[in-house]
Amino acid sequence: MSIRLDHISLAYGTRTLLSDVSATFTQGSLTALIGRNGTGKSTLLRAIAGLGPIASGGVELCRRSLTELTPQQRAATVSFVTTDKVRIANLACEDVVALGRAPYTNWIGRLQEEDRKIVEHSLRLVGMSDFARKTMDRMSDGECQRVMIARALAQNTPVILLDEPTAFLDLPNRYELATLLQRLARDEGKCILFSTHDLDIALTLCDVVTLIDTPQLHTLPADEMVQSGYLERLFSGKSACFDPETRSVRLR
Amino acid sequence: MSRHALLFTLLVLLTAALFIGDLAVGSVDIPLPEVWNALCGGDCDPTYRTIILKIRLLKALTALLAGSALAASGLEMQTLFRNPLAGPYVLGISSGASLGVALFLLGAPLLGVAGHSFVQSLGIAGAAWVGSALVLAIVMAVSRRIKDIMVILILGMMFSSGVSSVVEILQYLSNEAALKSFVIWSMGSLGDVTGSRLLLMLPSVAAGLVLAIAVIKPLNLLLLGENYARTMGLNIQRTRTLIFLSTVLLAGTVTAFCGPVGFIGLAVPHLARMIFSAADHRILMPASMLVGAALLLVCDLLAKTLALPINTITALMGIPVVIFVVIRNRNIF
Repeated sequence: MSIRLDHISLAYGTRTLLSDVSATFTQGSLTALIGRNGTGKSTLLRAIAGLGPIASGGVELCRRSLTELTPQQRAATVSFVTTDKVRIANLACEDVVALGRAPYTNWIGRLQEEDRKIVEHSLRLVGMSDFARKTMDRMSDGECQRVMIARALAQNTPVILLDEPTAFLDLPNRYELATLLQRLARDEGKCILFSTHDLDIALTLCDVVTLIDTPQLHTLPADEMVQSGYLERLFSGKSACFDPETRSVRLR
Repeated sequence: MSRHALLFTLLVLLTAALFIGDLAVGSVDIPLPEVWNALCGGDCDPTYRTIILKIRLLKALTALLAGSALAASGLEMQTLFRNPLAGPYVLGISSGASLGVALFLLGAPLLGVAGHSFVQSLGIAGAAWVGSALVLAIVMAVSRRIKDIMVILILGMMFSSGVSSVVEILQYLSNEAALKSFVIWSMGSLGDVTGSRLLLMLPSVAAGLVLAIAVIKPLNLLLLGENYARTMGLNIQRTRTLIFLSTVLLAGTVTAFCGPVGFIGLAVPHLARMIFSAADHRILMPASMLVGAALLLVCDLLAKTLALPINTITALMGIPVVIFVVIRNRNIF
């Protein structure tokens, strides 16, 4: 029970996004958060990360209430890969990843030998060791996304959240990234929750799929989600609909 | 790291050389051995000794303090607002301080408050702190709502224009003596800093610099943006407050005692980034302080040699850097 949502309600301005929803996401599992545009995927992730307000109810991370955690303790429990673009000249990849050690370093951020090993290991896990000394302003979107994930890994948290990590990536890179997340969840025992619009990735590579069906949240194992009928209802428009046979959206 | 160590050593030596040079050059050129003797208490012409210890030493120390103060506050602003064109002058913080000083220098005589020089210094400093704090508070409040860089810059520019008009109205209403002291102040000068003023300036700037060093790690986290910084354990409210205090102490104090010195705060952090090719504030903060001190000493030397007000020189030196930044450095944040 790495993440527990306990009867939470979320709103964006005056609009209710989620009302009285509960769910749990366990350690070692990869969960995709899906939903139509504007249904509150980012708002939910931000709330779990402690960045946004929760109208009512509570979030528990590793059995501790989010509100009880100090910023420092929260940073050691949950890391977040946002959609913010980070392209800083003169800042090498390994420096960005090293910033992930912030919750554990002293007042000026001095890295100890152990911190350096963790930074190196994190870069290796995402397959970016060769880029350690390169600066991020000269890298592709896919490479930058991997470095930001390495930064989250260096933060050494049981819970990792990612907001649309596959957006802006080409098709092969999307699958690469999703497989990377799958591996991190299984091998490193992380609880990974990411939002995405890629239905096929969510349904084929993730253990659990959680779907925002305003104002409810349906959380089911991927296979059951395919059979549930929720997807046909939510992802059908005038020109396309969800087909459970192929697990993808096809034209009518 | 050794390259950085070498660069730091060179910068320290350069700053020291400029400092000595600043003591030697002036309306009377004093030979270097005499400068050395005057400083170390050796054998020296008493006139030279007086010039150096009573006048030029104060001025050079002021340049050292003001340069590092403006540069440090500029670096803090650039990272906090994630804006390569931010600086105490551009954001209107110096203008806020100017308005405070104008109200004090032009307004106090109208009210019949005139007094002891230390009281007056304190009044100028206080007025500048209040003025810069007000502007900074407004800029920070607006920047929380509106993320657009241009809006913040335009706001700063509008502030500066608004302040100039208010100051012009004040000048129109003021008597000749008050007007003169204000006009001289507004041209910017390191020479007006007397011993008693330096006593007020030194601890204020030192406190601001200590705060600037204390926020080095938060500034590094802010490089990735506020969201990332917060998820890495940054207490954003505390950081904002510390940066706020630091900037008011640094930019406000310098503006109070040296007049509105423009472009140093904006240009120096970029020079530091170029010289060290670094983004890490553990390098950039001390580097900006040193480059700022060195650059203002150079400006002072030029101002003395050409007999021009110092803020014309800083503008001439700073503007090319700004243009360079606009054209080339798009990827600082």
